[in-house]
Amino acid sequence: MIHVAALVARKDLRIELRSRVLAWQVLPFGVMALLLCGLALGPNPAGRSHAGPGLFYIVVTLMALLMINRSQAIESSRGTKDSVATLGLDPAGVFLGKAAALTVEMWLASAVLLTGTVLFLHVDQARTLVAIPSIAASVAALSLAGTLYGALTSSQNSSLTLLPVLALPAFAPLLIAGERAYSAVVYGGELKVWWSLLVISLIAYSSVGVLLYGVMEES
Amino acid sequence: MNELGRRALGPLSLILLVSTFWLGYFVTPPDQVQGDLARLLYIHPAVAWVALYVSFGTAAIASAMYLWPRTRSESLDRIAHSAMEVSVFFIAITLITGSIWGRPTWGVWWAWDARLTSSAIFGVFGLGYLALRRANEDREIRARRSAVFCILTAINVPIIHFSVIWWKTLHQGASVFTSNRTLKVHGSMAFTLLLSFVAFTLTFFWFLRTRYRIEVAKDRQGHQKLVASIEQRRNEVPAT
Repeated sequence: MIHVAALVARKDLRIELRSRVLAWQVLPFGVMALLLCGLALGPNPAGRSHAGPGLFYIVVTLMALLMINRSQAIESSRGTKDSVATLGLDPAGVFLGKAAALTVEMWLASAVLLTGTVLFLHVDQARTLVAIPSIAASVAALSLAGTLYGALTSSQNSSLTLLPVLALPAFAPLLIAGERAYSAVVYGGELKVWWSLLVISLIAYSSVGVLLYGVMEES
Repeated sequence: MNELGRRALGPLSLILLVSTFWLGYFVTPPDQVQGDLARLLYIHPAVAWVALYVSFGTAAIASAMYLWPRTRSESLDRIAHSAMEVSVFFIAITLITGSIWGRPTWGVWWAWDARLTSSAIFGVFGLGYLALRRANEDREIRARRSAVFCILTAINVPIIHFSVIWWKTLHQGASVFTSNRTLKVHGSMAFTLLLSFVAFTLTFFWFLRTRYRIEVAKDRQGHQKLVASIEQRRNEVPAT
């Protein structure tokens, strides 16, 4: 399973590296969305830094939707699914590999966005660095959930519009936990409960993915 | 359930619903603190119970059984679909009655309360389930993906349940039981409250059965149309 996961992750990352969709399309979109969020808050800088963690997570979620669709589109190209099925690859490994590749891509995108959050929204730089582990955990949970929901909507004509309807409700608790954890580090507050929610989500989505990804691919 | 029980389900549900409304509005006294507003207690918690636990629980169990190869059957897929559809209906009523209670209590129709927000998110999950079913033409793919989505949604249920504790917000605490599991309400109020739970649970099973039968009829009609089309095509082929 681990071997298959490594193969699939490497394949997805290599495709991403060659196509540069993340660098040329997704990241500019994220930075622009962050700027728009700053503009929407008005010229008064008072509330901007407090809204920073929340806005960061909203933009991360929007970017995640684009990247999940992209990740599934790779598999939907002609013959890919048949090839994977013919090779007899372990579906659990495929799931973990795709989720791992998506996590790495999301981490890179989040790093750029975090810089934007510090620069544009004036969130404390040193405390943002301390919040990185919780951000990494919530982004990993988003990627795991996103890989599952992406597989549910793949190979369908309406997958672009269907994915947000299915995935956003599932992202909501992760977004809340991530934002609260980030805010707790920057402005003070309880951190443990949000960490536990993130860890539970990580375990739950990994287990369900390993168990059920094959069922979706079967169909 | 025998035929008599099946036929009695609808009328019995209606009788219990009417009794609940009659007791709730005319017999039980107003609450000392909340006055007549507390009468929503005879609708809101029972409807929420059916929406979030009974109907979704039924859909989740049916979905899990569908995914298990030994128990897989079309009936289970139909049950899950029917239960989820009824769940969406009951969630809508939960949110509407919650808002009606919230306006005089909190001063707004919608408050960013954890349980309220989580219930709305849960409603969107239900709508997503129905959207997913509509997006798939192939029966087996539709059934499998819907079942997986239902299981994924089940992960969200404990979050809804524990959200009150985690997010510490406005929502009224447990209305029926105290922290040490003793009843908070007594006499006619307790009886009406209990009756509302029974009435709405039975109503759910009545709706579920009706929706299931519609689904069976639709499938049968689809099959008959298919057979008729094949027959028609056969007749069109000239005899050699």
